[in-house]
Amino acid sequence: MMDLSKYVADLICFFRRLGIRAFRAMGGGGGGGAEEELTAQETALYDRQIRVWGVDAQKRLSKAHVLVCGVNGTTIEFCKNIVLAGVGSLSLMDDHMVTEDDLNSNFLIPHDESVYGGKSRAEVCCESLKDFNPMVRVAVAKGNPSLIDGTFIDMFDIIVVSCASLKTKLFINDNCRKRSKHIAFYSVECKDSCGEIFVDLQDHSYLQKKPGGEPEQQELKYPSLQEAISVPWKDLSKRTTKLYYAMRVLESYESSEGRDPGETSLSDLPAVLARRKDMCDRMSVDESKIPTSLLERLLAAGKKEHPPVCAILGGILGQEVIKSISCKGDPIKNFFYFDDADGKGAMEDIPPTS
Amino acid sequence: MASAAAPASSEEAVKAAKVLMVGAGGIGCELLKTLALSGFSDIHVIDLDTIEVSNLNRQFLFRKSHVGQSKAHVARDAILKFRPNINIESHHANVKDAQFNVDFFKQFNVVLNGLDNLDARRHVNRLCLAAEVPLVESGTTGFLGQVTVHVKGKTECYECQPKPIPKSYPVCTITSTPSKFVHCIVWAKELLFAKLFGDKNQDNDLNVHSKDGSSSKSDVFERDVDEDLDQYAQRIYDHVFGYNIEVALENEETWKNRRRPNPVYIRDTLPEAVKQNGSSRDCSNDHEEPSAMASLGLTNPQEIWTLAENSRVLLEAFKLFFEKREKEIGNLVFDKDDQLAVEFVTAAANIRAHSFGIPLHSLFEAKGVAGNIVHAVATTNAIIAGLIVIEAIKVLRDDYKNYRMTYCLEHPTKKLLLMPVEPFEPNTSCYVCSETPLLLDVNTKVTKLKEVIDKIIKSKLGMNLPLVMIGSTLVFEDGDGLEEDEAANYALNLEKVLAELPAPVINGTKLTVEDFQQELSCSINIKHREEFDEEKEPDGMVLSGWSAPVEKQINSNGENKSAASSSSAHATDDTVEDPSKPGMKRKLDELLETKENCDASSSAQVVEDDDDCTMLDGNPALIKKKRLQ
Repeated sequence: MMDLSKYVADLICFFRRLGIRAFRAMGGGGGGGAEEELTAQETALYDRQIRVWGVDAQKRLSKAHVLVCGVNGTTIEFCKNIVLAGVGSLSLMDDHMVTEDDLNSNFLIPHDESVYGGKSRAEVCCESLKDFNPMVRVAVAKGNPSLIDGTFIDMFDIIVVSCASLKTKLFINDNCRKRSKHIAFYSVECKDSCGEIFVDLQDHSYLQKKPGGEPEQQELKYPSLQEAISVPWKDLSKRTTKLYYAMRVLESYESSEGRDPGETSLSDLPAVLARRKDMCDRMSVDESKIPTSLLERLLAAGKKEHPPVCAILGGILGQEVIKSISCKGDPIKNFFYFDDADGKGAMEDIPPTS
Repeated sequence: MASAAAPASSEEAVKAAKVLMVGAGGIGCELLKTLALSGFSDIHVIDLDTIEVSNLNRQFLFRKSHVGQSKAHVARDAILKFRPNINIESHHANVKDAQFNVDFFKQFNVVLNGLDNLDARRHVNRLCLAAEVPLVESGTTGFLGQVTVHVKGKTECYECQPKPIPKSYPVCTITSTPSKFVHCIVWAKELLFAKLFGDKNQDNDLNVHSKDGSSSKSDVFERDVDEDLDQYAQRIYDHVFGYNIEVALENEETWKNRRRPNPVYIRDTLPEAVKQNGSSRDCSNDHEEPSAMASLGLTNPQEIWTLAENSRVLLEAFKLFFEKREKEIGNLVFDKDDQLAVEFVTAAANIRAHSFGIPLHSLFEAKGVAGNIVHAVATTNAIIAGLIVIEAIKVLRDDYKNYRMTYCLEHPTKKLLLMPVEPFEPNTSCYVCSETPLLLDVNTKVTKLKEVIDKIIKSKLGMNLPLVMIGSTLVFEDGDGLEEDEAANYALNLEKVLAELPAPVINGTKLTVEDFQQELSCSINIKHREEFDEEKEPDGMVLSGWSAPVEKQINSNGENKSAASSSSAHATDDTVEDPSKPGMKRKLDELLETKENCDASSSAQVVEDDDDCTMLDGNPALIKKKRLQ
């Protein structure tokens, strides 16, 4: 954990500098009150998006700190989007060495082993992301997501987790919820042409746009990941997407087999079908809720990501994080699903808000 | 054609495909990246634009050091850096250029549009129809976006649904009775700015209201020989914001049901300016672009200036034009990237708004309205690019049963943020992809051929190089390579009224108009009419006969009584409709018409605000899906 503590020190130092900048602005900025004005450079660069979400949202964005655990095609799309949008800082945590498999869906890794050889995914991508927007601090956070602790987590406003085991996701989500500071938690997985996003904003209040009227303050209360995945299936609406159930079966199978996420293939199908039967029996629902063909697709996908689906998931996730930071606009509560097969991008509220 | 053979695998289809991407901007950058990652390896890119700073927040292939360079070339180079083994050919050119003809289009398996204006979209649609190449069309604004698929004979073409023509305003609303801030902007930009700094030979409606009885001068906007710049600026100020309003107030009829405007004079808004006539100012910032805001110490473009501040900015900007940019005067056209022009227009629009009791706006907001700036974020473009590639792969596999148009929504509808809808069938009354004649109501005794060509054939029908025939008589042809006597003859015809053309155009005459480049030909039946409503029919002619297919469908299908009942029947279907907003498709189309970076050079058009869009929403109950079979 040496690397991590050095990183913390580094980041704290950066935050101090930020603090000084803010302090100076408060003392020296005439006319604008306590709020720091956007610089002319920021106004020119962000002109088109300020027209979408306003100056206040842009200021909030520039003060937000984001951690991404797990670097893949989908999270890199997300990173690109929020770096362009102008978040305060982005930290990447993924110590895995880059392999040829990473090239398929990750546009930040060049097809040149002399560039990526011997470097971690986070290191290679960090360099490219810095270029996208010099006003955003992009850094590598070395370490293992399954070991990160509260003091470290406290440095962030947003944590996005991908290609991590269910255990790690639950651990990080639980940690976020224990902190006194409000930390938004997201997890995202792309399985070839299908994708799932989970959102936990804990207690979230935001301004809801009312057509023709003044925006209204809204309050939402989110369930934890543990709560969201352990709802009795028979309580859920008949129209709940099949992907929700299929992902839970797969997750459960991977966890009990001790597999890394996506480390599955079609040869696992018989065992996964047994798992489906087991879970459906326990939940008193019919197995037909989870079509075999869907499980086959997910198993065949393994770790493969379909680039257009990465773009869609990374775009939706980027938008959600911007909504949550700016406290503006209806956020997803609490799952989002995309399936290339029917083209729908649908939200699910699980357990349903009564 | 549509064989019974199983569609090729996605990988094979993608590998073998040659695709054309039109536009390398917001959507284009995302699209090129996603295409390259998805295994496409033969891509042509066309874009005529160069890179600007305000692109960098979303067009992620570009860096600050690229500002001013070709989007197509830089995008190509950026992609080749991480995928060196694919073939990308970039064209820094206008897609309407002659080199991109039907034969050029024929070499591609699919065309993907990431364009920013209606004109180019229509042009590409026609070339795709002529070349029989499928088109995947897209657009975004803010958090909204859409992707549609157009395959000749299978789905509707891009123009099967009439497109809303960018809004223009009745002249009198702009010159005399503004009621919205946008009217003041149009006045400041199209009339005042154009009058003072633009081409003096252009018609300008500001003339009408500039009769100055007390002066013998022919044009009050001309500077007197002995007049210093301050005097000149103040005189113009008093004339347009004071005197002209007083003159307008004399017409009691106009103000019967309207709030009366207040004349504004410089002696009231800036009493000190009048006294310190001819004072010298600090002109220290010679090295920088002249800016009235900068010389007055105003720093925040988000702030709404007071009437006095607006007046100071106006006078200062006016003087800076004469002091620092005198050579350009007479040739200036408003440009949203010209800081001094934006300052001038903002200040002038605000002073006029004050006069008419309309809320004032910040420079940032005014710039958006004046420059037709369309809201744009990276996330929507990325999502739309992903959806384009998904549809492109279906097109390549000839998987037409699964074609979808997809809407990206800001607020979920039936839980959906991405809403797929089955494509519509071709509209049998579409003048572009079917051969249905159009109808033109026009006063043939007073309307010149030129007006019909400009307002109808070029502007409404979107033809680039039109040819006009009456029976077998050719009355007009556009383009290079004309004989001198032909050209002279056509020029003569342009100035003739319709009824006096070599082959007279009267009630019942059929015009044939063609564009060889677009391989488009259509007929227009003429109906003579003498009266036109100046407010509702400002062109003095009305084109019709090209209607949406939806009404017919409702009549011919008894089951589709209401959107709500039919959509609940399809609840488990692959596609979804929105029962709460049956007009969704139409409304989105309209919202999205002013897409990414809409062409700012087109005059007197403005970005619609939400209210206007709702009003535009014609007949929302009639939208139905029509299954493809």
